[in-house]
Amino acid sequence: MAGTAERPVGFGRLKRKEDPRFIRGRGHYVDDVSLPGMLHGAILRSPLAHARILSIDTAAALAHPKVRAVITGKDLEGLNLAWIPTLSGDVQAVLATDKVRYQFQEVAFVVADDHYAARDALELIDVDYEPLPPVVDAKRALDADAAIVRDEIEGKRDNHIFDWEAGDRAATDAVFADAEVVVEQEMLYPRSHPAPMETCGSVADYDAVEGKLTLWTTSQAPHAHRTLYALVAGLPEHKIRVISPDIGGGFGNKVPIYPGYVCSVVGSIVTGKPVKWVEDRTENLATTGFARDYHMRGQIAATKDGRIRAVRVDVIADHGAFNATAQPTKYPAGFFSIFTGSYDLEAAHCKVTGVYTNKAPGGVAYACSFRITEAVYLVERMVDVLAHDLKLDSAELRMKNLLRPEQFPYKAKTGWEYDSGNYPQTLRKALDMAGYDELRREQAEKRARGELMGVGLSFFTEGVGAGPRKHMDIAGLGMNDEAQLSVRPTGKAVLRISVQTQGQGHETTFAQIVAEELGIPPEDVAVVHGDTDETPFGLGTYGSRSTPVSGAAAAVSARKVRDKARIIAAAMLEAGADDLEWEKGRWFVKGDPSQGATIQEIALAAHGTLELPEGVEPHLDATTTYDPPELTYPFGAYVCVVDVDPGTGFVKVRRFVAVDDCGTRINPMIVEGQIHGGLADGVGMALMQIIDFDDEGNCLNASFMDYLLPTAMEVPDWELGETVTPSPHHPLGAKGVGESATVGSPPAVVNAVMDAIGVRHVDMPLSPAKVWAALQG
Amino acid sequence: MRVNVTVNGEQRSAEIEDRLLLVHFLRQTLGLTGTHWGCDTSNCGTCVVLVDGEAVKSCTMLAAMADGHEVTTVEGLEHDGKLDPVQEGFMEAHGLQCGFCTPAMMLTARALLDRNPHPTDEEIREAISGTLCRCTGYKNIVAAIRWAADHPAAAETAPKEVQA
Repeated sequence: MAGTAERPVGFGRLKRKEDPRFIRGRGHYVDDVSLPGMLHGAILRSPLAHARILSIDTAAALAHPKVRAVITGKDLEGLNLAWIPTLSGDVQAVLATDKVRYQFQEVAFVVADDHYAARDALELIDVDYEPLPPVVDAKRALDADAAIVRDEIEGKRDNHIFDWEAGDRAATDAVFADAEVVVEQEMLYPRSHPAPMETCGSVADYDAVEGKLTLWTTSQAPHAHRTLYALVAGLPEHKIRVISPDIGGGFGNKVPIYPGYVCSVVGSIVTGKPVKWVEDRTENLATTGFARDYHMRGQIAATKDGRIRAVRVDVIADHGAFNATAQPTKYPAGFFSIFTGSYDLEAAHCKVTGVYTNKAPGGVAYACSFRITEAVYLVERMVDVLAHDLKLDSAELRMKNLLRPEQFPYKAKTGWEYDSGNYPQTLRKALDMAGYDELRREQAEKRARGELMGVGLSFFTEGVGAGPRKHMDIAGLGMNDEAQLSVRPTGKAVLRISVQTQGQGHETTFAQIVAEELGIPPEDVAVVHGDTDETPFGLGTYGSRSTPVSGAAAAVSARKVRDKARIIAAAMLEAGADDLEWEKGRWFVKGDPSQGATIQEIALAAHGTLELPEGVEPHLDATTTYDPPELTYPFGAYVCVVDVDPGTGFVKVRRFVAVDDCGTRINPMIVEGQIHGGLADGVGMALMQIIDFDDEGNCLNASFMDYLLPTAMEVPDWELGETVTPSPHHPLGAKGVGESATVGSPPAVVNAVMDAIGVRHVDMPLSPAKVWAALQG
Repeated sequence: MRVNVTVNGEQRSAEIEDRLLLVHFLRQTLGLTGTHWGCDTSNCGTCVVLVDGEAVKSCTMLAAMADGHEVTTVEGLEHDGKLDPVQEGFMEAHGLQCGFCTPAMMLTARALLDRNPHPTDEEIREAISGTLCRCTGYKNIVAAIRWAADHPAAAETAPKEVQA
């Protein structure tokens, strides 16, 4: 089965199988679901950030001719659904009962004949609030006089959630005590929001006769959601079907279970009709999974000539009103402890303190690889602060401190075991592509003329593909994923997977994995995903885990099929299985290539009447549940070039060079597309995006008028390069790439701007006003 | 009230609420769900359609305002089984990932190429700057529209089989 560059049998650039429906407008997103008799829900939300609810009067809304039901927290209490567990061992309100704890929190749910009527009826609900002082500044949340956000928790007298440490404090302190140089910098990774173009929503259809709930929903983890609905609502799990159809971008926004989903389910149970709920953009930005919000104080201990010896960091983590971060249970700060980055240190230590504030819950979202985004920003900013203070070249400083190839596998001082890497080679390639020395010459010339140009670097290491069950679970569920492969009698294959695409192109990439292993055309492999009745169990797509975990499961299943095909081929050819040799798509007799059987012929025989050896089952299929032995560790080197207008502080990103090493690339076109998207995120976060609040806890960025995202005008023509260092423990050598660029690019942009304006540090986003102010000193 | 709108070359007539937005008329009244919506403030641009050949955010228009006009949605880009070069370009250049902004981007591109068949990259970027994409970082969208500009006859020749 010969492939070509344009039509590879397995790995290679291949147009996506998903595209024909999307370019015709025939994608099928949640809001496209329309069922007979379907009703529409809308949520009444709190105008205040912190207030006691004195009364809720729904009479006028219920009198609206098109309203079928109005549900409040009191109604949910009767169903034991007013509060639901979060993914971090806390609880969160579905509809507020005692008080509201952030602006736009859910208060009541209206079900009406159409969407417009449901919205109208929200205006008819009268809620009497008693305002309370809000907790807005996370750094003051633990003050003795701060209001208590979670006073419903028995005995709760403060806003403290957790303290968490990693690394060796004593060893780190010892290095700092005798260090020649110590630099320190406070920095905020601001609250951000993934803002996928499709907001969150669901259509719930409860069939009272069958006792079966079908839920179309914007979910990155349909199986995990089904299990959680079963646990929370007391519905039997085999009678819950979660369908996550085409999803208009996820980026972590669609990992948690939101109150609106639960309300649509209750609405359907109460009315006996399907109920659709789709949030608007303000609801999306102001209430669902925010990201980051880490107040960090970093320190580096180094020698005078720039040898980095230790890193130490303290963090105040703003978790909002409910601790609802979505990360492996044993990691309350996610994987932040990978803040040692790509460097060879003597010691490292971090302490993270989580606090409640009167803001929406979340924290782990937005392509952050479980907070590695914050970790990489911290260390890469600190390295540039060190370069600034020591007046060293930032590229030289990094090159001097990067881990060397012979140190892999490398055990970081905070416990992570990096699988493979050749960091200097990757940084060298990025510098060469950028023409680093020439850029520095150009910068010097421009500086002499009073023009502000900056060059910023970052080097990142991520740990993705969560994760090994010995270390990781989410809400008690091991992070393992299953893949079922069946080859039909005519040689066409169906692969059923537990992960789900939100644009990553699983239908193509996973078909290529099977194609590569079996030597059949990718178009002969159908990939089924996103429907829990049609697919095996697994934890879903986030944290760059699809290829590292589920991709491995698919590859191993395909290899099992290939091994079984060998036995069947031996029976067909009347040869010993050991005497057969594999070439892509066919087993043949060693030394006699004319004697062979293709996968298609073998599949037909497996389903026919051929006499099979003892113990060999008919048919040609295999199932694998993959438990990754360790995380995989993609890495990369980024170079950003900016021009800053000294008169306005406006930053123009002129160039961005990204050299990524994600191990084996299954479909390089898709990999590059993932990187492009992440780089735009980096520019957006560095320069534009923030979810901020006023002193009353009012969200200041609750629409796209105020939450600025990059358009095609704000981003450059990305320049991509690659190095390939396969993961030694992944069956395909692939490491995952979905979040690399989002993780790695923000510090490169910020470093470039600081380099241009000669300032040590300014917090993101670097709006023209902030840059201009920094220029004024 | 009753509106009469020509949608994708077909005369469509419906009794609607006065306040119904064009985007909801297309999606809900006519069932043309290829047109998406993504914000409440006319910023995201996922709802772009062509009204009399001009790219318009269909959330900024009442359905009533489209009365007597011609609307083209993504469902109308393909003619007699032949894809528009823009549609082919998006597949060729990997100009889409989740697909949510794609209809709007393609229609914007069609309007651009109709008035400027040979745009520069800068002109392409400016033309699509009214629509946000969160997946692609825009590079491949620019490349897709460039591909379409370079293959204007693609629609006239036999379409390539749509395949993975």
